[in-house]
Amino acid sequence: MVDSIVDIKTTTKADKVSTNQIKIQVKHFNFYYDTVQALKNIQMDIRMNTVVGIIGPSGCGKSTFLRCFNRMNDTINGIRYEGVIEIDGRNIFDKTLDVVDLRREVGMVFQKSNPFPKSIFENVAYGLKINGIKDQNFIAERVEYSLRGAALWDEVKDRLNKSAFALSGGQQQRLCIARALAVEPEVLLLDEPASALDPIATAKVEELIHELKKKYTILIVTHNMQQAARVSDYTAFFMMGELKEYDVTNKIFTNPKEKITEDYVTGRFG
Amino acid sequence: MERHLDEELEKLNVDLLKMATLTERAIHNSVEALKQGNKELAEAVIANDETIDEMEIRIEEQIIDLLALFQPMASDLRFITTAMHINAEMERIADLTVNISQRAIELADQPLLKPLVDIPKLADQAKWMMNKAIDSFVKHDENLAKEVILSDKRSNELRSLVISELITDYMAKDGSTVPRAVPLLLVARDLERICDHAAAIAEDVIYMIQAKIVKHHREKLQGGS
Repeated sequence: MVDSIVDIKTTTKADKVSTNQIKIQVKHFNFYYDTVQALKNIQMDIRMNTVVGIIGPSGCGKSTFLRCFNRMNDTINGIRYEGVIEIDGRNIFDKTLDVVDLRREVGMVFQKSNPFPKSIFENVAYGLKINGIKDQNFIAERVEYSLRGAALWDEVKDRLNKSAFALSGGQQQRLCIARALAVEPEVLLLDEPASALDPIATAKVEELIHELKKKYTILIVTHNMQQAARVSDYTAFFMMGELKEYDVTNKIFTNPKEKITEDYVTGRFG
Repeated sequence: MERHLDEELEKLNVDLLKMATLTERAIHNSVEALKQGNKELAEAVIANDETIDEMEIRIEEQIIDLLALFQPMASDLRFITTAMHINAEMERIADLTVNISQRAIELADQPLLKPLVDIPKLADQAKWMMNKAIDSFVKHDENLAKEVILSDKRSNELRSLVISELITDYMAKDGSTVPRAVPLLLVARDLERICDHAAAIAEDVIYMIQAKIVKHHREKLQGGS
């Protein structure tokens, strides 16, 4: 069991974060695939405008955990959960909550970029259009805003009508981030967003994450511990469905409290 | 699971210990050269400094490679950064033994101003502190490291004693003693600096073990952690 609220009195990267306001609270959360318990009594507070890196060996439950925040797991048969996840104080499993609204509020970017077979412009505008927005000027403004937010605008502004598939892998991934930003989410879930990218594209995505946290609260699952160390303010270490340690990132990577975390981050098992 | 990194860390450890042996020997020999008026021994210490300098560079390169290639974390990271500091501290200690050896050469052809009493005590203190600081590193012994840091007070006292005696009893009373008193005064200062570097090594050892930086806050070590 770990402390749900991390002490940030010591001088750390996270001290520079602008707010201490809690954005997300996970309370006694359990998750099951049929009879298999994938997440065990998770308790975690996530501060607004911070990046939380989620690390752990394969099968530890970190992607399952990430997909809970926009209820992506709901599409899987036989899943069950107990406990509460609150965003801005509201339980996301509340029966009165519209899942479509939740997914607008909680955007997600996957490991493999998945642009739609449409133009660059249409990819970003898609979320707006399916949400019933018809004002073309508004859509054009929002597309530019989102592409700028994803640090892609300068690279694509002269070819917005070209197919998204003409972009490089790194550009496609940033296009997916732009697509997520277009509907103005408050939380961004990134599931290994740079694992298929080359080092230059990875660096761009990491820089982007650093910029985006000024406006969004970000959870990132990554297998790359150096990446978690670079981009996140807090790091959560998962192991066999349990949150073993959750602390400010510099503490996890210089002096973790738990031996099992130490063994994982130093590569003594994996 | 035995990691490739473990092999590299062991190599680094071995090289640091070799460097520590050379540095400890340099302290011992420079002081012996002074006590015995042994110019040859003093010159040998000066000549050996080049070996220590080369070793420092080799260890530093090793550390840079480890940081770049393995991106170590947690206790590995603390060990490597500690090794980097200890390496630099030992090289500075070796430089101070060169100073002492130069003073030994200056004084070798002249009768000693006075029998050496407190300087050998200060030299013993320096050797003890260096030896125990390295021991604390090897054994990951936090208590020994604390003992080294706290004992630095004694080296300051001995240095002050030597200096005040040289000034009050000799230089102030008889100006002709100055050429023989000043080198001893400088030796006392250099030995005390060696003690400071040994204490700094011990501080690094505490960081390595506890991830706690005690530098500039030695008073916190009194009476436990």
